[in-house]
Amino acid sequence: MNLDGFPILSLMIALPMAAAIACLFVGANAARWLALGATLIDLALGVMLWVNYDISGPQWQFTEYAPLFGRFAWALGIDGMALMLLMLTVFLMPICIGASWEAIKTRVPEYMAAFLLMEVLMIGVFAAQDLFLFYIFFEAGLIPMYLIIGIWGGANRIYASYKFFLYTLLGSVLMLIAMLWMVQFAGTTSIPVLLQTDFPVEAQTWLWLAFFASFAVKMPMWPVHTWLPDAHVQAPTAGSVILAGVLLKMGGYGFLRFSLPMFPEASAQLVWLIFALSMIAVVATSLIALVQQDMKKLIAYSSVAHMAIVTVGLFAFNRQGIEGALIVMLSHGLVSGALFLCVGVIYDRLHTREIDRYGGLSINMPKYAVLFLLFTMAGIGLPGTSGFVGEFLSLMGVYQVSSWVALVCTTGIILGAAYSLYLYRRIAYGDLTKDDVRAMPDLSARELWLLAPIAAVVLWMGVYPESFLAPMRNDVGTLVARIERARPAGDAHLTAGKPAAAAAHAETAHEGAH
Amino acid sequence: MNIQLIVFLPLLAAIIVGLGNRMLGNIVGKLITTGALFASCALSWPIFLAFLGGDQAAYVQPVFSWIVSGDLNVDWALRVDTLTAVMLVVITTVSALVHLYSWGYMEEDPDQPRFFAYLSLFTFAMLMLVTADNLVQMFFGWEGVGLASYLLIGFWFKKPSANAAAIKAFVVNRVGDLGFMLGIFGTFLVFGTISIPEILEAAPGMAGSTIGFLGYRFDTMTVLCLLLFIGAMGKSAQLGLHTWLPDAMEGPTPVSALIHAATMVTAGVFMVCRLSPMFEVAPVALGFVTFIGAATCLFAATVGTAQMDIKRVIAYSTCSQLGYMFFAAGVGAYNAAMFHLFTHAFFKALLFLGAGSVIHAMHHEQDMRFYGGLRKSIPFTFWMMMAGTLAITGVGVYWLHAGFAGFHSKDAILEAAYASGGGGVTAFWVGAFAALLTSFYSWRLIFMTFFGEPRWAASEHIQHALHDAHGDHDTHAHGDAHDNAPAQENAGHDPHTHAPGAAEVKTGTGGYHPHESPLTMLVPLGVLAIGAVLAGFVFSHAFLENGAFWVGSLAYDEHLMHAMHEVPLWVKLSATAAMLIGLGIAVLAYLVHRDWPARFTESFRVLHAFVLNKWYFDELYHVVFVKPAFWLGRLFWKKGDEGTIDRFGPNGLAALVAGGGRITARLQSGYVYTYALVMLLGLTAAVTWAISR
Repeated sequence: MNLDGFPILSLMIALPMAAAIACLFVGANAARWLALGATLIDLALGVMLWVNYDISGPQWQFTEYAPLFGRFAWALGIDGMALMLLMLTVFLMPICIGASWEAIKTRVPEYMAAFLLMEVLMIGVFAAQDLFLFYIFFEAGLIPMYLIIGIWGGANRIYASYKFFLYTLLGSVLMLIAMLWMVQFAGTTSIPVLLQTDFPVEAQTWLWLAFFASFAVKMPMWPVHTWLPDAHVQAPTAGSVILAGVLLKMGGYGFLRFSLPMFPEASAQLVWLIFALSMIAVVATSLIALVQQDMKKLIAYSSVAHMAIVTVGLFAFNRQGIEGALIVMLSHGLVSGALFLCVGVIYDRLHTREIDRYGGLSINMPKYAVLFLLFTMAGIGLPGTSGFVGEFLSLMGVYQVSSWVALVCTTGIILGAAYSLYLYRRIAYGDLTKDDVRAMPDLSARELWLLAPIAAVVLWMGVYPESFLAPMRNDVGTLVARIERARPAGDAHLTAGKPAAAAAHAETAHEGAH
Repeated sequence: MNIQLIVFLPLLAAIIVGLGNRMLGNIVGKLITTGALFASCALSWPIFLAFLGGDQAAYVQPVFSWIVSGDLNVDWALRVDTLTAVMLVVITTVSALVHLYSWGYMEEDPDQPRFFAYLSLFTFAMLMLVTADNLVQMFFGWEGVGLASYLLIGFWFKKPSANAAAIKAFVVNRVGDLGFMLGIFGTFLVFGTISIPEILEAAPGMAGSTIGFLGYRFDTMTVLCLLLFIGAMGKSAQLGLHTWLPDAMEGPTPVSALIHAATMVTAGVFMVCRLSPMFEVAPVALGFVTFIGAATCLFAATVGTAQMDIKRVIAYSTCSQLGYMFFAAGVGAYNAAMFHLFTHAFFKALLFLGAGSVIHAMHHEQDMRFYGGLRKSIPFTFWMMMAGTLAITGVGVYWLHAGFAGFHSKDAILEAAYASGGGGVTAFWVGAFAALLTSFYSWRLIFMTFFGEPRWAASEHIQHALHDAHGDHDTHAHGDAHDNAPAQENAGHDPHTHAPGAAEVKTGTGGYHPHESPLTMLVPLGVLAIGAVLAGFVFSHAFLENGAFWVGSLAYDEHLMHAMHEVPLWVKLSATAAMLIGLGIAVLAYLVHRDWPARFTESFRVLHAFVLNKWYFDELYHVVFVKPAFWLGRLFWKKGDEGTIDRFGPNGLAALVAGGGRITARLQSGYVYTYALVMLLGLTAAVTWAISR
């Protein structure tokens, strides 16, 4: 099928928007079906997008351009990296609707409308080619999330949404100022043009820091991560899934789209900052995850540690690092989303997130135990799952820059195994001693349908990641070429070998043996 | 095509049986997995024999591409060469026999399909490891066997001690994996590839180069080899990273035989041999390998002499034998290391499965203090264990060049160590002394278990069995206790409690009659016993003296192999002498003067406690790593995140803005509006700019 000139991206944005409005005028059940239908059609459109994406084609595809007023334009278009993140979004959305099917009982139409609006804004972020269009989508995305936590959240939702809001606001103000300056300098709001603009090196540092303020919060990087555990704990299951699955990817996407290609010199200058914060995050948040009693908090802290692998990979300035970071983003979106769904499954049955209240679930919930184990292992980065490919490539990339950073960040594989297996043991292993836990039924068909597709993709990405790497390859190549001029030298400084001298040495060693 | 079948049949069986589980039922599940393994095994032997006959060349069977990122190109591919062929027969043979054995051993377990699926999954991962053509696929297999090991150690997941042991195994292995991963990264940085043949070809050219690592400059190949070797230390339970192996005995005994004796723990040795041309250009790393190997060999042997749990004795013995393999590799005798790996797989699997048969007969009692006199009740098991013991202690006659399996392989290692000179001579002395200890603890196990008076009456497991069976033990000797088998097989005896010598436990059968195990368990014992008796004699020429056999699959040192034959006669006889001394002490202490062990314990209380408590490694690690990790976690959380970041961040700001107190109630409705307002203001500014120009 030829999609030339067909505004498929606009359609993908318009469809959930229309469904969101329609939701407000129907009853609870109709809203559920409407939301499911709209997200599934968007998924189908997404698959069409992927199928029609030309891997060897131009950088920006499916472009649309409609001038609005002044210099503003409704400019959309995606490259391979955006395509993959967009796929992640449309893949997770129907699952989120399904996860909320029974768990959400109050104000269902509004809830579904908020989720659909969320999808609109997330697709918008990845598809926007106009700087201010991006800004609107990027910042407005927080409003539905804020509402989801604030209205359908847990007991302490007000504090959580306050924190969430405060952190994000501070970052976005600085980013806006930087954007205004950039537009002033370059005389355009077009992202593809800005990507080719060389900003003066002195200005880059400030611009970089302003963007960093926003992206570091979204990522989240240590020490501006403390909103995340609270937000996750209070959010309803589907809220956590979309938060961990897609919203956390916006920071990484921002670094890729703006910080690195637009300010390469500043990125290289400040790479120490990224590395230092990421190293602290890997070690500190992994250790914090080890002592958590709340399942959601544990997974939230593990997300911070995983996202630190993304940042070191991105700022490794080489192909392995960046491709690895992208795969970690996709993988973490799937795996942590699935882990939050797993938490939701048992939370719906026992209404507590306290780890010690569970135990022995392998006995009465074997299907659940198998899937939970798979996602736990993917989180640990077991080869054969998506987690390994990304983690391995990112760390391999960063090793080429600094062996210290690689060493510290690789300790994440030890700590990650410790907190993940400790969690799994306390939930799934041990004897079934508690009556209410014994009474919990295994996965329902609906729950199985939510988890099984994610499991399939996690394995697919682990065994044959080429499907996901191929569309992004040229774009990563473009990015690497763009930042090549600022690439920091590695710490290896390998010297050439002197095989002749060594051979003589080996000979004497043999002589000594006689 | 055959190699694909060999590798993927077990995977297919694991998936079908794992997912089918109860739907398939016990018998179907067992038939599928066991059938797949016997098929794999039947296909593996012809490959090995073809290499042995010299009419097979190495080849690589590509499957499909895995990870492509710039210069990094990782394929799924199956490499078949001599080294792989040796591992193929070891893995598939032991695995097939262990599958068969488990029919009997796990007879009454409620979760049989899951057990067999795990066993087959393990076999698949191990086969992927040994057929790897690149380091990343090797790492895939490496982690895959780690996963299977974790699942099987924790198979009886109701038991807290089994869960703890499973996590410990995984996490300690991950410490090694950290080294392995950094080693792969470094290798890629240096060689620009992770393909093993390409690395090995380029390795000699990198001799003498230096690299920056952690801020210092080192010899490139030394750094890479040491990093990779750290991985090997984890998987092969070498000193420092060995603590998980004894605890791994929490798993069912067939698992111990397959994973923690014959195959997985030898992966580290395999890795060093596979990468031997790399290690050859890193003499410092080889010295370290020798040192660690010898140290482990000695350490584990000393600990083995004091353990009372039959499986733990064999576990420490495994640890010690792995030490032999490593110091053989360290002195450059990679083929001798592989030979010992090969023979060890047979006799150690035999010893473990024999121990399993004893445990089965003794109603899951594992404490040797409650055994005694069993040779009359379970004669077949006794003779099989004897074969294993004769093999591990290296019984043989030098002048006839004939002996049990261990005689050929262990003597070769000791001779090679001596012949290599330098640090190798020290390793030789350590190895010879460890051979004495090996002989002592192995015979001690035999004497305590099969000789002397029965001491069964005092065992709780036996009393439990008698109680349950209501005198009906002729038909139900194994009775109900299997239903709660997890609570029964208790390898986690706390060695810290006062350990009386065997002599102190009151004797008597308590009216219990142990029974010989079913045929499914005895047949594997018989087959392995053939290996334990003959493997050394039959294959010694090919492994040790025939460089052509290895055809470039490892670094074969012609020099060293010749020098081995020219060592003094006393060196060649030393292993046999050590074995005889060890045997003599064991005979004296456990058959003749049975009060000796107790008196020894009494006189050397500190030494005994030190050895019994495994040199206090676990206690040390607990204090140095485990406790601080949790303490730091709480510190970062309470004092860091909550006490500092939140206090001065969002909470502080809230207090500042609203003058403290209950701002949330007042502001909550305002957030969205404030937020929207800020956005709007920004956009207004943008619009103003856009229109004003």
